[in-house]
Amino acid sequence: MYSKGFRPLAAATVVSLATAMALVFFYAPLDADQGFVQKIFYIHVPMAIVALGGWIAGGVMAIQHLRTGDRSWDMRSYVAIHLSVILGLGVLVTGSIWARASWGHWWVWDEPVLVSFLVVFLLYCVYYPLRFSIEDPERQGRYASVFAIAAGAFVPLNFIAVRLAQSYTHPRVLSQTGGDLPGEMRLTFLACLLAMTLLWITLWKLELIAKHASMQVKRLKRKLSEREAVAA
Amino acid sequence: MPALPLDEAGKYVAGAYVVFLTLIVVYVAIIGAKIARIERDLAELTEEDDAR
Repeated sequence: MYSKGFRPLAAATVVSLATAMALVFFYAPLDADQGFVQKIFYIHVPMAIVALGGWIAGGVMAIQHLRTGDRSWDMRSYVAIHLSVILGLGVLVTGSIWARASWGHWWVWDEPVLVSFLVVFLLYCVYYPLRFSIEDPERQGRYASVFAIAAGAFVPLNFIAVRLAQSYTHPRVLSQTGGDLPGEMRLTFLACLLAMTLLWITLWKLELIAKHASMQVKRLKRKLSEREAVAA
Repeated sequence: MPALPLDEAGKYVAGAYVVFLTLIVVYVAIIGAKIARIERDLAELTEEDDAR
């Protein structure tokens, strides 16, 4: 079901990641202001964009679950959110490392972008206890979907916070005028964004394959034990 | 703040990329272990079914 097209997707992900890393270290010029430390940007920003996009995608899948009642959409939504939480953790850690190297602090509390991302991340950490505190699978899926939709609507606030940020400590990357990135840096950034998006899709599919197979094995075990009981 | 010298900046850049790589490797390892367990379960079920 989910394994269709997985191998070419995984191969494309590996190639795009290798290409992106080669562009980062051998093609993109050193930043005039930050120097070599700016290389963190190529991993931190795509990871943040993909994590936020993944949370929104989780909300859209949750809408599909509530509309259709098909529990496979709930599973897709759960995996999307789960994967984005992992990337979100990566964003916070790489961001802290970058902040330490360029601002001299591990964390800056008066920076709206950082704090709003942390708020969104913590919001999604609540998803797990909410989901797994409900035993009935139907209710679990429904409540988790409502949470995913509400939280997914909150995510764009993080993007708006970037635009509204008064102190320009945190750099703007994407704007309608094309941002301030020179051509080589822009190309490298887009390659990293593509690679990160492909990585997210590949891992999402991989976890779905594992979950689907696990469910099938459980169903098979149940059927076998039922047949055994009937035979006895 | 002025740009850090390459040897000092290199530690931060390496740290950030190692964090990313570790997250992905650990995630893939966990999913890989799950798939291996499913394969074992499936093999056990097939054996049970064949034995009947």
